[in-house]
Amino acid sequence: MSTTDLHPSPAAAPRRMPLRRWMGEIGWRHLVGLLAVAFAAFPILFVVSASLNPLGTVSSSGLLPRAFSLVHYQELLSGARGPFLRWYLNTVVVCTVVAGTQVFLSTLAAYAFSRFRFTGRRVGLLALLLVMMFPAFLAMIAVYTMIAGLGDIVPILGLDSLPGYIVVLLGGSLGQVWLIKGFFDTVPKELDEAGIIDGCTHWQVFTRILLPTLTPILATTALLALVGVLSEFLLGSIFLTSNDTKTLAVGLYGLLSGDRSNNLGVFAAGSVMIMIPVIVLYQFLQRFIIGGSTSGAVKG
Amino acid sequence: MPSSSAPAARERSTSIPAVLARVVLLGTVLAVTAFTVPITIAQQQWMWLIVILGAAAGIFVLYSTRRFIPGKYLFPGTALLAVFLVTPIILTVGYSFTNFGDGTRGTKQEAVDTIVASSVQQSEDSTWYTASVATTGDATEGPFTLFLVDPADGTVLRGAADEPLEAVDPSAVTVAGGAVTDAAGYEILDAREVNAAYDTLQELAVPVDDSSAVRLQGPDQAFEGTTVITYDAAADTLTDTSTGEVYTVGTVGDSEYFVDAEGERAFSQSWLQGVGLGNYERLVTDGKIAQQFAGAFVWTLAFALGSVGLTFVVGFALALVLNDPRLRGRRAYRSILLMPYAVPGFISLLVWSNFYNRDFGLINQTLGLDLNWLGDPTLAKVAVLLTNLWMGFPYMFIVSTGALQAIPGDVMEAARIDGASRLQTTAKVVTPLLLVAVAPLLVASFAFNFNNFNAIQLLTEGGPFLPGEYTRGGTDILISMIYRIAFGGSGADFGFASAVSVVLFAITGVLAMIQFRFTNVLEDVN
Repeated sequence: MSTTDLHPSPAAAPRRMPLRRWMGEIGWRHLVGLLAVAFAAFPILFVVSASLNPLGTVSSSGLLPRAFSLVHYQELLSGARGPFLRWYLNTVVVCTVVAGTQVFLSTLAAYAFSRFRFTGRRVGLLALLLVMMFPAFLAMIAVYTMIAGLGDIVPILGLDSLPGYIVVLLGGSLGQVWLIKGFFDTVPKELDEAGIIDGCTHWQVFTRILLPTLTPILATTALLALVGVLSEFLLGSIFLTSNDTKTLAVGLYGLLSGDRSNNLGVFAAGSVMIMIPVIVLYQFLQRFIIGGSTSGAVKG
Repeated sequence: MPSSSAPAARERSTSIPAVLARVVLLGTVLAVTAFTVPITIAQQQWMWLIVILGAAAGIFVLYSTRRFIPGKYLFPGTALLAVFLVTPIILTVGYSFTNFGDGTRGTKQEAVDTIVASSVQQSEDSTWYTASVATTGDATEGPFTLFLVDPADGTVLRGAADEPLEAVDPSAVTVAGGAVTDAAGYEILDAREVNAAYDTLQELAVPVDDSSAVRLQGPDQAFEGTTVITYDAAADTLTDTSTGEVYTVGTVGDSEYFVDAEGERAFSQSWLQGVGLGNYERLVTDGKIAQQFAGAFVWTLAFALGSVGLTFVVGFALALVLNDPRLRGRRAYRSILLMPYAVPGFISLLVWSNFYNRDFGLINQTLGLDLNWLGDPTLAKVAVLLTNLWMGFPYMFIVSTGALQAIPGDVMEAARIDGASRLQTTAKVVTPLLLVAVAPLLVASFAFNFNNFNAIQLLTEGGPFLPGEYTRGGTDILISMIYRIAFGGSGADFGFASAVSVVLFAITGVLAMIQFRFTNVLEDVN
């Protein structure tokens, strides 16, 4: 991260500043910062506290846990409220397959767009941008009919099956092309030309030269795609109807909407188990996310 | 087709693993095609047949030769995009010109068959069968199939409403006590289940030929009777042979039905048919719907603009305040403020929806208020915006921080030397520079929120709804309104929902154009 100063500071030793001046220049910033932190963190705090509150109702949950109990976690993991572990597994499968395929196929296409010159390239790039902006969900009636038909041909790809759901989500496989093409464009072309002189095929240039230089940024892109898939709720709620095929988003939503006031604790426990890995990963990759965000990565 | 470029021209001799991979790939494609094509043809699923053959042809053309190198990289993603994103959009446009919906899924022939078969009446010389009710689906909802045993010669027959009676291979069923007790692929209903579904089963008529059909009588008996109503294909009319009344095809509402002499609808059955611009006309001319659409459109704009405005103002202000190098703990602030961005959206929205509970919600409890957050249209809108602010400001904060740090220091120094105060520097130098950098992201964020279905559905489910109103609630944006029309309480109306979708596609397209303008991508593609 570049650290160009907004206010080139003359005060090298802030502690010697008089308190009044410190309040005027720095202290109020902490005040605003703490307010923002409170606003950002309180819902997360609420979820954690509700997950530990043994009563698990809306009325008994506050920001700070009044009692400590892991009963909701036990209940979830034991499967008393639906096959939570199965949902977790389904989600992991859907997220890794979809995000992985998305990044892989986007990378392939981005390589072609960045390194080759061919007719239809410009039109293709622009058409891609336009198509990806259309809310795919508006066409869900058509998707539903299509998948019902596909299920008659290949039963494993039908409605209410995980592979069928995955296949639909793969329609967005080119979602990261523009972002990744931007990364490819930053790698000098001389690098692959050197490879070609050394006898590489275009595939070897791609896998042995370009991919290794872009691995960290591709990992970050995959993480952003993964969280996007994790939040996919709408198509899931239409396609996945039986308990064994649900993802976490669909399953936990069903839990909460079934009995909103009494299932809060279980829902919160489930949420904590999803949130923690994602938040940790985000902290870990913070540097790349901040860098990538300005190049146009919008969380979907 | 794509012309080759530098790497293509220099492609080297192929290695053995590469050849092997190619053979395996093409062999698999061939096998899958050979397996699925006959099934597709048997089921008359022409769209999937085209998709399968097209994909197979594409793979063979692209991967069996050394040419078309860019195509090799573009094909997999593009094919998925074409099948699962573009095809549905085209189909949706097609649906928007039809009356597709509940009760109008079948063909006209199916509707006629049902009407004719339902008119069966028992006569003296009716054949009686021992019947068993079976289903491939649900025991109360159906679809139901009848298995019949002819007591005279023991032949087993099978039929359903859309499946004329035919003989069954005796080895596929188990007959005990003169009735079918087990059939491969079907679940046989017991007497209690038949009783529970009897109202539906009474309507069931299995066509035998043009003038006769089988109906269930009691839990385990069925008779073959003659139909009272006959269909005259040449004149396209139905005739009731007992009364002599003739029913013709007439239009009621948008759809065609069989109507009597007065033009009243005589049978509830209709069929999938084109309605031309009917759905679009309804959108414009039906005062109530036009008003709903206009109301939703205004709120959608307000919601999208409000969300972008609020998140940006808060995120930008925080970035300005927290970007002072003398400030300790900047990293810690950043880490915590990033957290809402990392929480999966559906969790945030569901958690926030609990905060607004009137009696027990965190907000009313903590602040000692008694506001009916989700029950009052205005407060519900505030609630939606507040929640979206929480979800969106970290992104704007991150983006603004990044952009601030990218502004060269000497710009600020120059302003300082020219005598600008710190406030003036911020307002007149930093802000304009930053706006230029983030404008494209603001437009993208606007487009995203314009169709942000989750933010509405998971938080308020579109509510609050006025009494008697269920197509649009107080917080419904266009996209969630479409969802309610398509799947809402008043029966699925896919044709009309598709027409509204197409209008929304058009609006999104215009937004995309505006975005292209802003971001200058049209010139930038290199």
